[in-house]
Amino acid sequence: MFSLTDILGEAFGLILTWDRNLSEIVMLSLRVTLSAVVISCLIGLPLGAVVGAFRFPGRGLVTVLLNTLMGLPPVVVGLVVYLMLSASGPLGVLQLLYTPGAMIIAQTILVTPIVAALTKQVVEDLHGEYAEQFASLGVGAFDRITALLWDARYSLLTVALAGFGRAVAEVGAVLIVGGNINHVTRVMTTTIALETSKGNLELALALGLLLLSIAVIVNAAVMALRASAVRAAYA
Amino acid sequence: MIRRHFLSLAASILLALGLTGTAQAEDGFIVVQSTTSTQNSGLFDHILPIFTDKTGIEVRVVAVGTGQAIKNAANGDGDVLFVHAKPAEEKFVAQGHGLARSDVMYNDFVIVGPPADPAGVAGMSDVVAALGKIAEAEAPFASRGDDSGTNKAELRLWGAAGIDVRAASGDWYRETGSGMGATLNTGTAMGAYIMTDRATWIAFGNKGDYKVAVEGDAKMFNQYGIILVNPEMHKNVKAELGQTFIDWVLSDEGQSAIAGYKVDGQQLFFPNAG
Repeated sequence: MFSLTDILGEAFGLILTWDRNLSEIVMLSLRVTLSAVVISCLIGLPLGAVVGAFRFPGRGLVTVLLNTLMGLPPVVVGLVVYLMLSASGPLGVLQLLYTPGAMIIAQTILVTPIVAALTKQVVEDLHGEYAEQFASLGVGAFDRITALLWDARYSLLTVALAGFGRAVAEVGAVLIVGGNINHVTRVMTTTIALETSKGNLELALALGLLLLSIAVIVNAAVMALRASAVRAAYA
Repeated sequence: MIRRHFLSLAASILLALGLTGTAQAEDGFIVVQSTTSTQNSGLFDHILPIFTDKTGIEVRVVAVGTGQAIKNAANGDGDVLFVHAKPAEEKFVAQGHGLARSDVMYNDFVIVGPPADPAGVAGMSDVVAALGKIAEAEAPFASRGDDSGTNKAELRLWGAAGIDVRAASGDWYRETGSGMGATLNTGTAMGAYIMTDRATWIAFGNKGDYKVAVEGDAKMFNQYGIILVNPEMHKNVKAELGQTFIDWVLSDEGQSAIAGYKVDGQQLFFPNAG
């Protein structure tokens, strides 16, 4: 029914006729997603490291909880955030509903468990190697966490990218809390959903290819950063 | 050294995020809870820039099914409600969530079907009789099933035909539970009859070999109404800006902007305010 050349042609057409509208959508996608990933890392990295490095009562429960929350359904998160931010909800006074801020909140809730759970695993493995040394040197708790996070930084980049992947591809939650408002909260995934519902399937697929390309660029940039940091470290 | 490098990078990212967050502080906008048919047909893209140029008020449209739009507005998440399900709209006003309701425009529903026409309804104008034949033939029928304005109208017509579609749900009667466009995509792919508003159908880009089978019955009249969300019930409602928008939509200028929207030379909505 559809030929790949048609879709690729449409995708190239999009890039050639790149207009303000499209760059607005792409920039908002990146802004929302990267903000959510940065905030998730600020919460998830220390949280995951603490759970990974220390033994405490309820640690197993926290681990199960984090692993479960990795599978949070985006639509459910969208609904919960909507009910919180609605004018009739407890946080309605903030007037965040139908703004990019609401979308960042929803995606942060989705991404934080992923960052925390994966960080926990990375740090736990590393801690196995370091534990005796820490003990013999009498390293304090805070220094242990920072040392572990710092030494695991290259693996943690991949953790952040996993979170980025979840956020950038997500449509259910941002559709509900953002409202897919033109020029305000319309991002790549909600545009794809909208064009699909208009029956413009080639355009929707072309936008999908564009989204994929942007994800490739972000991943490549992070990997390049990592490679140059590794080189600098051993230079 | 490297650690400092990383920290300054993280700091600059945060700074950049913080700066972009302040871009939208102005208050000159309203939120309109509306339906997918007005959005997907392109009507808003046509009329809203005219209004914004004139008044400087930005209109942010949240396009969902009528059922969801009404619930969102009842939560106070919107200044204006612009939908098409008169009984539900009147209930919304009666419950105190909205002020007066005004007629804005109408179009009509049609039933589209596959060229094979398994129920033999092509060319009929009596919608109740046509639905009866579809049920009798047990020909696939794709329903929105999402409590939208179109879904409510469709269920009223099944009721008039005396057919209990719930009993056939999952069999020949298939509820997609999604928007008009998604239901058209699904329905055309499964060879089902689909009831759709004419505006969405004309603007729809994935018709395949489908054609309008049933049209022209007065029962398929589709009236759109506009309501200001009650500012006394919901304090955050921008009553003045919202009323400005409603007044404009109902004015000669707004009405002729609606009449002037055409796709492939066909007028999609017919203004009938006042």
